[in-house]
Amino acid sequence: MKRWHLIVMAIVVASAVGLAQGGRGQRQGGAGGQARGGGGGGRGVQSTADLTVVDGWGNPIKNPLAGGKVPGPAPVRDLSGTWEPANGPGAGIQANGPVSMPSDGVHEPPFTPAGKAVYDSHKALFGYRNVPPSLSNDPRNHCDPLGFPRADFYQLRHTEILQNPKQVVILYQYDKRYRVIWTDGRDFPKELPDDRWYGYSVGKWADDTTFVVNTIGLLGEPRVWLDETGRPMSDQMKIEERFHRVNSDRMEITVMVEDPKYFTRPWVAMDKFPMKLQSADYDIIEMLCAPSDMESYSKDFGDPASGIVKK
Amino acid sequence: MKTFLWVLLAGVVVSTPVFAHHGNAAFDAGKRLELTGTVTEWDWSNPHCWLKFDVKDQSGKVVNWVVETSNAADMVERGWSKRTFKAGDQVTVTLEPVKSGQPVGRVISVLLPNGKTLGLNYVGQ
Repeated sequence: MKRWHLIVMAIVVASAVGLAQGGRGQRQGGAGGQARGGGGGGRGVQSTADLTVVDGWGNPIKNPLAGGKVPGPAPVRDLSGTWEPANGPGAGIQANGPVSMPSDGVHEPPFTPAGKAVYDSHKALFGYRNVPPSLSNDPRNHCDPLGFPRADFYQLRHTEILQNPKQVVILYQYDKRYRVIWTDGRDFPKELPDDRWYGYSVGKWADDTTFVVNTIGLLGEPRVWLDETGRPMSDQMKIEERFHRVNSDRMEITVMVEDPKYFTRPWVAMDKFPMKLQSADYDIIEMLCAPSDMESYSKDFGDPASGIVKK
Repeated sequence: MKTFLWVLLAGVVVSTPVFAHHGNAAFDAGKRLELTGTVTEWDWSNPHCWLKFDVKDQSGKVVNWVVETSNAADMVERGWSKRTFKAGDQVTVTLEPVKSGQPVGRVISVLLPNGKTLGLNYVGQ
């Protein structure tokens, strides 16, 4: 075989591999709105220079650091404000799993046999084992709440934090959900009244700029998945979140997962994930999963996309 | 007389997944179609916004295509809005079709009647 035959074969094989990888949606950062600058289409033109992004109120977005302002020091014991992923609006979507444990066939959390069995029963829309829409059994396909910690691990978008002397309240843009974290010194209930979609959370300041939140009493399997790629969680799940205020403009979120039923050891799902502060008058755009909209979407789009044609 | 284009743009292109609240598996990754037609509906809602438009093929048969974008909040960050399209607009849509062969896909970019092209870049990035 001549040398150029080999070169042509190599190009064809490399292209085929590229297509296959794309088809499996493996690329972290590609799916779920995370792509940037890609998909130029046939024209290769994407004119955004003259576009204005507005907030939910219709007002142009302001940059708190406009004019070359330098961030000030971190305020003391204060997380309040509206935050968004610092590396772009798509950075918190995490469709292929939490940023520090992407589902790419390489990173794999330390499953117990029970955890692996449940994971295998989940048919997810993302991650390296993704399936078409009509084959997925993700609870959120019916607009069920994401629950926690999936609210951190999927569609982490604009996030407003409110503080009062007894509570830190987190308002999530996605599906307009909220969590209350008690800071009045209380411990968890001795006997949990019930498992909850968003659990029971208590928080303490480890230092003047680091707020540590522990959460238990989570619903878990089968109603709540850990992430978008079908990793499971049980009712034994414990979550530790660390919110570290870096300066006046930045906060970093670290999330540690512990679940002795499904994982052999604790693991880090998000490691110093950066969030930046929006201007104080920013109004968060409403973003809800409405079951009737989901039904229309499945009929008009999801079913035909999966090859299902209903008369 | 209106002319309509069916242009298969890419076969061997390394995939550039864009967005899909509902997974990538259904899409023919890397394949691109460029279709010109008339907007019949622009549904600005969740879980995703979707555009319906009529495309006439060379035999004169009209096919109504349904193409999705991301959700409304996400598209605002890309400079799109509820008022981006109205029924009757002539548009040229570059899309990634699904594998099933149905007239369904996801938007890569759209050439609007005013000559501007909207894509998926977040504004300012």
